[in-house]
Amino acid sequence: MNSFTFTQAPGVAAAVREHAAHEGAAYLGGGTNLVDLMKENVARPAHLIGLKHLPLAAIESTPDGGLRLGALATNADTAYHPEVEKRYPLLAQAILAGASPQLRNMATNGGNLLQRTRCYYFYDLATPCNKREPGSGCSAIGGYNRVCGILGTSESCIATHPSDMCVALAALEAVVRVSGPNGERTIEFADFHRLPGDTPERDNNLQKGELITALDLPANGFSQRFSYLKLRDRSSYAFALVSVAAALELDGNTITAARLALGGVAHKPWRDPEAEALLIGQPATADTFGRAAARALAGARGYGPNTFKIELARRAVVRALRQATEMTPAPDDNAFQNSNP
Amino acid sequence: MSSHFTQQPVGPAVAALVPAQPVALRVNGQERTLRIAPWTTLLDALREYLDLTGTKKGCDHGQCGACTVLVNGKRINSCLSLAVAHVGDDIQTVEGLGTEEQLHPLQQAFIDHDAFQCGYCTPGQICSAQGLLNEGRARTADEVRELMSGNLCRCGAYSNILTAVLEVLHAQNA
Repeated sequence: MNSFTFTQAPGVAAAVREHAAHEGAAYLGGGTNLVDLMKENVARPAHLIGLKHLPLAAIESTPDGGLRLGALATNADTAYHPEVEKRYPLLAQAILAGASPQLRNMATNGGNLLQRTRCYYFYDLATPCNKREPGSGCSAIGGYNRVCGILGTSESCIATHPSDMCVALAALEAVVRVSGPNGERTIEFADFHRLPGDTPERDNNLQKGELITALDLPANGFSQRFSYLKLRDRSSYAFALVSVAAALELDGNTITAARLALGGVAHKPWRDPEAEALLIGQPATADTFGRAAARALAGARGYGPNTFKIELARRAVVRALRQATEMTPAPDDNAFQNSNP
Repeated sequence: MSSHFTQQPVGPAVAALVPAQPVALRVNGQERTLRIAPWTTLLDALREYLDLTGTKKGCDHGQCGACTVLVNGKRINSCLSLAVAHVGDDIQTVEGLGTEEQLHPLQQAFIDHDAFQCGYCTPGQICSAQGLLNEGRARTADEVRELMSGNLCRCGAYSNILTAVLEVLHAQNA
């Protein structure tokens, strides 16, 4: 790990000022990803700003019927919060499908959005990686890319965003609230993370020094019909090869509202409005799900070792939509039922 | 572990190179002030500066769970946490769970059910299991398996670890 200085910020404004005052500063939330990246010398901040004293750990209802998740609430406290369990079980299920209990006790909601790819080459300083060192090349293209992306990739980068939580947040259309040197603003979840293009070093659209303060969930949590299906090499404590957040509303057997987001396949949680549109007004049948899945994967491209993900993702979409449709009473043990292949 | 090694912590040598700062930690109910560099992990602070070597360094990357300790009653990976970030927290290690005269129920259950072979992962397993009990989310064997998945055991003693944890869980809920 490089040497750095450390300070605990007393509040949001002080943290933002502290960031602006130090070249190479970084915010420290739970540290589960940042400290690891620092140990690997992938991240080398000169100054760390601790956030634990900031009043951003609350989870509370919003006037419009939604729920505000504080950026510093832990993933565990969020997944087990009574309002999240009751109104946003898709989110609870996605969070509990990720990491381990220890990591979920440390990791914050804001930090979950900001975690970086687990592409092997990003972590390996001995190899070129455009995300770690812009312009050096992509070792994953033509390399061991089994975990890499199939949608929205570029010649510069085929890394994926590793989060489970973010896949559910994308499906639920959360809004990210941030505070920075130029004040406060909100970012629609779909606009938060970026595709790699020719600037894969930028994971998201935060401006320098901006701090996530909260995530706002809209009133509709699709709590009646949902599924977070996660496919991975072992059934616990592993990153997704492919994951699907599916949420439906039905009138009889006719789909009246649909949300579909994929994880493990792209540089950001992947949503395809055309695939969702193919579901609306249609009967909730295997044929309908198959058409939406085909549309969602229509632009997919494999890179050899990861080409299997295209068919895997197509089938996962169909299965997740079926699970969401057939769901009888809300699952009691939500993390354990739908998360296994 | 021999005290020969623990009496010579790496602290002073490292501290000479860096702007070490005083960090007050409350570990197993005792207030301790350390002069450590900001990049000292909680795990290294416990092992190298406080001679609390029960907590183990396995992978040092949050993947194995051997470094699990309880902070304010919640289990965390001490290897991924900076010690300077824990001022004001209540830190509990395996040394704070039981005594040689009076073992913690989890320690006794691990012995009774032969829930280890080499024992290297055991302190982390036991702290993690205490965290699991505190959380109150596990009821069935499958739930205990899932919620202990952050602790790896290279010897593969999982079935006996599960039995030991379930025994304490059921006794607690009886």
